Amino acid sequence: MFYYILRRLASAAAMIVLITATTFAIFFASPIDPARYTCGKNCTPTILEGNRKALGYDQPATVQYVKFISGLFVGRDFPDNEQLRTEHPEQIVHCPAPCLGYSANQHRTINEMVAEGWPISLSVAIGAFTLWMLIGVGGGLIAALNKGRWPDRTIVGSALIGFSLPTFFVGLVLLTFPAIKWGWVPIPNFVPFFENPWEWARNLILPWITLAFFFAASYVRLTRAYMIETMSEDYIRTARAKGVATTAVVMRHGLRAALTPIVTAAGLDLGGLLGGAIITESVFSLHGLGYLAVRSVTNMDLPTIVAMVMIVATFIVIANLIVDVAYSFIDPRVKLVS
Amino acid sequence: MTAKFLRVNDLRVQFPTDDGVVKAVDGLTFDLEKGKTLGIVGESGSGKSVTSLAIMGLHRGSSAKLTGEIWLDDEDLLKVSHEELRRLRGRKMAMIFQDPLSAMHPYYTVGTQLAEALLVHEKVSKKAARATVIDMLGRVGIPNPGRRVDQYPHEFSGGMRQRAMIAMALINNPELLIADEPTTALDVTVQAQILDLMRDLQAEFGSAIIMITHDLGVVAEIADDVLVMYGGKCVEYAEVDDAFHQPDHPYTWGLLTSMPRLDRVKSERLVPVAGNPPSLINIPPGCAFHPRCAFREFAPCPCDEVVPELLESYPKHDSRCHIPVATRAEVFAERIAPRL
Repeated sequence: MFYYILRRLASAAAMIVLITATTFAIFFASPIDPARYTCGKNCTPTILEGNRKALGYDQPATVQYVKFISGLFVGRDFPDNEQLRTEHPEQIVHCPAPCLGYSANQHRTINEMVAEGWPISLSVAIGAFTLWMLIGVGGGLIAALNKGRWPDRTIVGSALIGFSLPTFFVGLVLLTFPAIKWGWVPIPNFVPFFENPWEWARNLILPWITLAFFFAASYVRLTRAYMIETMSEDYIRTARAKGVATTAVVMRHGLRAALTPIVTAAGLDLGGLLGGAIITESVFSLHGLGYLAVRSVTNMDLPTIVAMVMIVATFIVIANLIVDVAYSFIDPRVKLVS
Repeated sequence: MTAKFLRVNDLRVQFPTDDGVVKAVDGLTFDLEKGKTLGIVGESGSGKSVTSLAIMGLHRGSSAKLTGEIWLDDEDLLKVSHEELRRLRGRKMAMIFQDPLSAMHPYYTVGTQLAEALLVHEKVSKKAARATVIDMLGRVGIPNPGRRVDQYPHEFSGGMRQRAMIAMALINNPELLIADEPTTALDVTVQAQILDLMRDLQAEFGSAIIMITHDLGVVAEIADDVLVMYGGKCVEYAEVDDAFHQPDHPYTWGLLTSMPRLDRVKSERLVPVAGNPPSLINIPPGCAFHPRCAFREFAPCPCDEVVPELLESYPKHDSRCHIPVATRAEVFAERIAPRL
C-alpha cells in the first residue's frame, strides 16, 4: 500500500512535469510575443526590450522552464536581476515558493491571484458537489427501484433535460428570475464561509444549483444503471432470503455495491471542478479560478495560462490517485500492489 | 392423518414475456414432513429452482404470476403479508443457494453476513451474535472459525464458501431448509462431505429438507422421497428406494441410464436422453416428453395429443405416462434394468 502510493505519487509528479513542459512548448510555439503584451500603447523598442529582459523572456525556453520549475520549490524574484536587487530592492517583486509565476498583465504574482480565487472555486465546487450527489444518487435510486414506472420515467426524463440544457442558459435563467426579478436570493457576491456561513450559502446557492443541475443528470443515469444491475445480483436474493427488510436490502446490500463506480466518477468530477467552473463563474461574475483562467486567455496572459493549466492538471491527477486508493477501501477484493 | 409440515398444492408459476407466457411450474403438488428429505430432480429449465424460489416467496416483486397453495404449517405462503413472509424467511425456512461466490455479498465479511441473518430475527447483542456465528462456522466444519469469521467470501475456497452458506442458512435453526444444487459447483470429495454435513445437521435439528439437484447420485445419498420434474410438471413421485428399483417413467429411465457408474463395464456406453429440454413457452402438445421418448411405440397411446395425468402406478408411487403400468414394468425389466 505504502509503496503503491509512493509509486503513484512519483508518476503523478512525472505527469505534471510533462503537462507543464507541453504547455511551455505551446507557449513558445505560439506567435504571441508575451513582452509585447506588457508594453502598452506607446511602446518603443527600448521599453519592449527592457521588459523582455526584466521578465526573462529573452532567455532560451529550456532556461525559462527550469526557472519556472525551480520557482515552484524555492520561489523567485521578478525581475531576477542581481544588480537591481542590491540597488533598488523595493522594485523587486518576491514570489515565495511554490511560485507559480508573475503576471505582467495584472502586475501581481499568480500566487496572489490564485489565493483570492481558490476559496471561491472551492466553495462553488463543494456546495455543488454535495447538492448533485444528493439529487443524483437519490434520484437514480428512486428511478432504479421503480424501473419502467412513472417515477422512473419522470426522473430519467428530467435528467435528460438537465443534461441537455447548457450551463450558461440555466445560470442566466436562475440569475434573471429568482435573483433579479423576484429577489428571493441575492445576486451572487462571494462572502467567505468563516465570515458568515449563512450569507456564504445564500450567495452561492444559484451557482450550486446551476452546476448541480448539469452533474446530477449524469449521476441519476449512472446510479440508476448500476442499481438496476446490482439489484439483480445473486447476493441481493440471498439477503432477501435471509429475511432482511426491503430498505436494508436496497441500502446496505444494493447501494453499497453500486456505490463503487459512482465514487470513482464523483472523485474525478470533483477534482476537475476544483480547478474552477469556467462558465458558471463567468455567468455569476464570481472571481474564482475559472474566471482567472478565462481572463488570462482573453488577455494573452501566458504565465497565468501555464499556471492555470498546471493547477487543473494537478487536481485531476491527485483526484485520480485518491480515487484509486479509495477503491481498495470500498471494495475489499481490490488489493493495491506496486 | 395429521397435516404434513409443508404442503404444496397445484402450484403454478408463469412468467409473461414478449414471446408468450413461460409456464415454468405447471400444477405441482407434493408434501414433506419434518425430519424428511425430498429430492427434486430434473434438467435445467424443468422448474426446480423456480419452485424453490416460490416457496421462499422470492418471486414477489417480479413479473411472475403464482397460483395454487403453499402451506407451511398453518400459513399459506402465497397469501401471507410481506412482513409476515419476511419474518418467516431465514428463520422458519431458509435456503442454500448454488454458487456461493455470487450468492454472498463481496463487500462484507462472512461473519458480518452470517450475523446479519441472525440479527434480523433475534434480539441479541453483536457480541453474542459473533459468538453464535463462530460456533456455527465451527459446526459446519470450517477450521479456525475465530479467524475465518473476519474474512471475505473471496478469501474462502469453494467448499468452505458452501459450508459458510450452509451455516448462514442454519443459523436460525430453520424448520424447512431448501438446498438448490448445493454441491454442483464442488468437487466430488467435498460434495460427499457437504452431504454428510447436511445429514448430520438434519439429525440434529430435525429440519425438513428439499434438495434440488440434477444429480441422481445426490438424491440416492440423501433423499427419502424423489420428485422428478420435466417441463414444469411432476412426471414421477415416489419414495427413493422405489424410484431407483422400479422407476416408472421413461424420462426417469433416461436419467438413470445416462448416469456414469463405477461398477459398469467400460465397453458399455452411457445412453443420453436424446433431444433437448422443451421450451417452456411452446410445451409440446400431449405429454411434454413425447418428442424425446423412445418407448411410445410399445403401446398405442395418444402421447402427442392428450396430457397424461399423474396417476398412482404402485402404492405411494405416482407417474405421468400413457403407457400402461404393466407394459412399463415389462420394458423396464427387459431393457432398462440390465443396463443399470
